[in-house]
Amino acid sequence: MRTEKVMGSGQKKESLAAEVRSLFVSNIRDYAMYIALAVIFLIFTITTKGLFISSRNLINLVNQTGYVAVLAIGMTLILIIKHIDLSIGFVAGFLGAVAAILLSNGWNVWLVIPTVLACGVLVGVYQGFLVTKIQVPAFVTTLAGMFMFRGLLSMVTAGTGTIIVRDRVFLQLSNGYIPDLPWGANFDFHLLTMLVGIGLVAAMIFSQVRHRQSLIRYQFKTNSPTIFAVKQVALSVIIMVITWIMASYRGIPWTAVIVTVVLLIYNFVLTKTRFGRHVYAIGGNAEAAELSGIKVNRVTFLVFSSMGLMAALAGMLYTSRLASATPTAGLGFELDAIASSYIGGVSVGGGVGRVTNTIIGALVIMSLTNGMNLLGVDISFQYVVKGAIFVLAVAFDITTRKRAKA
Amino acid sequence: MTKKLLEMRSITKEFPGVKALDNVNITVNEGEIHAVVGENGAGKSTLMNVLSGVYPYGSYSGDVFFDGQLCRHQGIKDSERLGIVIIHQELALVPYLSIGENMFLGNEQQRRGRIDWHKTHQKAEEYMRIVGLQENPHTLVKDISVGKQQLIEIAKALAKNVRLLILDEPTSSLNESDSKNVLDLLLRLQEQGVTSIIISHKLNEISYCADRITILRDGSTVETLDNQSAEIPEERIVKGMVGREMTERYPTRSRKVQDEIALEVKDFTVYHELFPDRKVVDNVSLKLHKGEVVGIYGLIGAGRSELALSIFGQAYGTKASGKIYKDGVLLELNSVPDAIRANIAYVTEDRKGSGLILSNSIVHNITLPRMDFVSQGMRIDKDLERKTADHYRESLDIKTPSVGQLVENLSGGNQQKVLLGKWIFSQPDVLLLDEPTRGVDVGAKYEIYQIINELVEEGKSALFISSELTEILGMCDRIYVMNQGRIIGEFLAEEATQEIIMNRIMQDSKGEIGA
Ligand SMILES: Nc1ncnc2c1ncn2[C@@H]1O[C@H](COP(=O)(O)OP(=O)(O)OP(=O)(O)O)[C@@H](O)[C@H]1O
Ligand SMILES: [Mg+2]
Repeated sequence: MRTEKVMGSGQKKESLAAEVRSLFVSNIRDYAMYIALAVIFLIFTITTKGLFISSRNLINLVNQTGYVAVLAIGMTLILIIKHIDLSIGFVAGFLGAVAAILLSNGWNVWLVIPTVLACGVLVGVYQGFLVTKIQVPAFVTTLAGMFMFRGLLSMVTAGTGTIIVRDRVFLQLSNGYIPDLPWGANFDFHLLTMLVGIGLVAAMIFSQVRHRQSLIRYQFKTNSPTIFAVKQVALSVIIMVITWIMASYRGIPWTAVIVTVVLLIYNFVLTKTRFGRHVYAIGGNAEAAELSGIKVNRVTFLVFSSMGLMAALAGMLYTSRLASATPTAGLGFELDAIASSYIGGVSVGGGVGRVTNTIIGALVIMSLTNGMNLLGVDISFQYVVKGAIFVLAVAFDITTRKRAKA
Repeated sequence: MTKKLLEMRSITKEFPGVKALDNVNITVNEGEIHAVVGENGAGKSTLMNVLSGVYPYGSYSGDVFFDGQLCRHQGIKDSERLGIVIIHQELALVPYLSIGENMFLGNEQQRRGRIDWHKTHQKAEEYMRIVGLQENPHTLVKDISVGKQQLIEIAKALAKNVRLLILDEPTSSLNESDSKNVLDLLLRLQEQGVTSIIISHKLNEISYCADRITILRDGSTVETLDNQSAEIPEERIVKGMVGREMTERYPTRSRKVQDEIALEVKDFTVYHELFPDRKVVDNVSLKLHKGEVVGIYGLIGAGRSELALSIFGQAYGTKASGKIYKDGVLLELNSVPDAIRANIAYVTEDRKGSGLILSNSIVHNITLPRMDFVSQGMRIDKDLERKTADHYRESLDIKTPSVGQLVENLSGGNQQKVLLGKWIFSQPDVLLLDEPTRGVDVGAKYEIYQIINELVEEGKSALFISSELTEILGMCDRIYVMNQGRIIGEFLAEEATQEIIMNRIMQDSKGEIGA
């Protein structure tokens, strides 16, 4: 009886304009990120006289974002459970160098990749052990890690300086494209890419419709059919535009494939599995999680291990991209990863965040880098800009969250 | 001659999907104690947040007049400048700061830009004298009892030159004598001209201290009753709150306690987590039969929660020793998951601190302890999960538009129901209930008692910890009395009375037992 009245006022018919307004107000945090991305695109497109949105540069942007995106996905979990990992930059740099060394020693690339990934997990296991079993704060553990791996990176590159990578397969990781179907030659675009794009749109619409139906069944707040349809159309258009850009160039870069697979796995784990639920619960209230039977230490340990794995993957992507390992690889990656997560909506207070948004955050950060590089902005000044954007994003996040409560 | 100090006119406040306040009117006269009562989610806390500027001017509609002036608070600082001070439903003291530091937090006693510690402590002592506390202002807040912490909150408010003091459920975590302390303090302050608004679900306290009572229901004002000239009976207040007569406070159980023992605890001893030579639970033995509600009563600090927590997979303390038998089988409970798997549930007394994940939705909170019930393999079956949560929303009458709502957006009492739902969902045979009705309105209390009854009628058993002796007497088949970590008495419901139990505790504290 009592609930009915609340629901009556909650589910009442709103006018479309009112709904758009309330949608905007309550999701300002998410929309701000997209608006920021659009503004960045616009500004760089104008200032570079269109160079920024050329297919070539956009593909370049995707390849550039790859390693940061992978790190940021791992970092998102770490930040959700209210820890931090400052070591990932040099862990990635060091493991990238290890990959280069193994390759130049004649190891088979299909052996190198799993070996380096395993090393990454080991690094994560070591740091996770310190954080959970010995209770050394993550800040301290990973700050120490940052120094250690920076040192190790210098040591392994000390003799030779830069280590060149020549393995064809390995170089494909960050510079190659998926092959086309045999019939692709008949088209003046990349056929497989187009098909994948269309398939993606279909899958997205299908899953969104199902999700919406389930929400409606349990009286969750849902958008009106109009808004829902507009949203689907807009997203489909965006996906198709991106697909077209790639198809008319050389197809989907392998980096995009790798990032997508990682993203899908992490998204699945976070939203659909018990482990994911435990991660959010720990971030929201570790004490309550513990008293609900969650093994907080075990989850924390696994999250650090996954971070190590991602650092290894990112290191290889970066080495592949430069076709070499350098003594300074990894410098500042942790900042990019942390900034991506926060821009993507991870709460500074923990417990909140989505890997799908983190990817957008990574795009924001890397568009900035890419655009400023195109403009020939001095690297020192780039640091100032990035730092400022980072802190602004977090400040904005905190104030909008506070406002949302009122 | 009465003068209006506060007038709130047609206040309406909406949250996404919820109209929390709908045209509420309330006037408070200078020098009175004005009570605001209503069911969980009626909008009491929201109304006070509007008044104190937590929800800034413009985020609600309607007018607030204080001392004849229209208020446009942008934040809590603005209302404090006028002398409106709110003490929130949950205590907001910083545990690792001293009493003195807490009292002047945000209101520091400065001299030339530096904190004047001498003055801080001197003034802290002065205000503590007013509220009747004898403590060293250097003592850390975490080291004093909740009852005293509440008095410090009030002292802190006084230090801000308060004219209108708002207390949102100040006594919900206090026992009877501490509660009375707080109420008597309010009455004393009233004599000195402080006006106050008090929110409480303990209606006897309202009748005791309030001059006038405003009743809210579903976000609207129902009526304002005058409690000054003639005391309003509690039943009358209840009727206004829930909209119907409520004659019984405790539902009756139809089935008898069974002979079989569900849980037996033998020679249980637990030591303090930080001071490993201090015994917190001292050689406790107890039994729970199937179909039985067993009460544990004791003053705060008696070790009741610690006992329950350490039974629950040693979630508290160190060096636990003793044995636990369930259905006659000796259990090894070394962790919380062990206890949950053995079908034991512990409903914590501190829902915000250790009970709920406030930033998660109702669904996610309810299914957390037994996610395996709603998963297939690795994957969570979200449909089943929502359906399950929806079932508890209905059966517990959780007031919310949908189970997708974040728990932090629920009213205090509705949060408590989520906490209870979470543990009922875990399908326990033995429920360890630690203050399960804290902050819950009279109607909902009755519903919770009924749910407990239904569970024990199915053959489950409950250990019922409460600081409200009347509740213990009303609900339990058998009662253990605890003091200083020991069980000092066991009474059947028929033979127990308030006097007998309180006497036992007094005797024990004086060390007469065993002498
Ligand atoms: N931030 C918020 N977002 C959405 N709904 C909210 C928010 N805060 C409160 N509500 C809703 O507003 C209504 C009134 O809540 P309020 O906290 O004022 O109740 P209350 O009378 O204080 O109840 P209780 O006795 O349980 O403390 C409830 O239905 C609650 O769910
Ligand atoms: Mg309240």
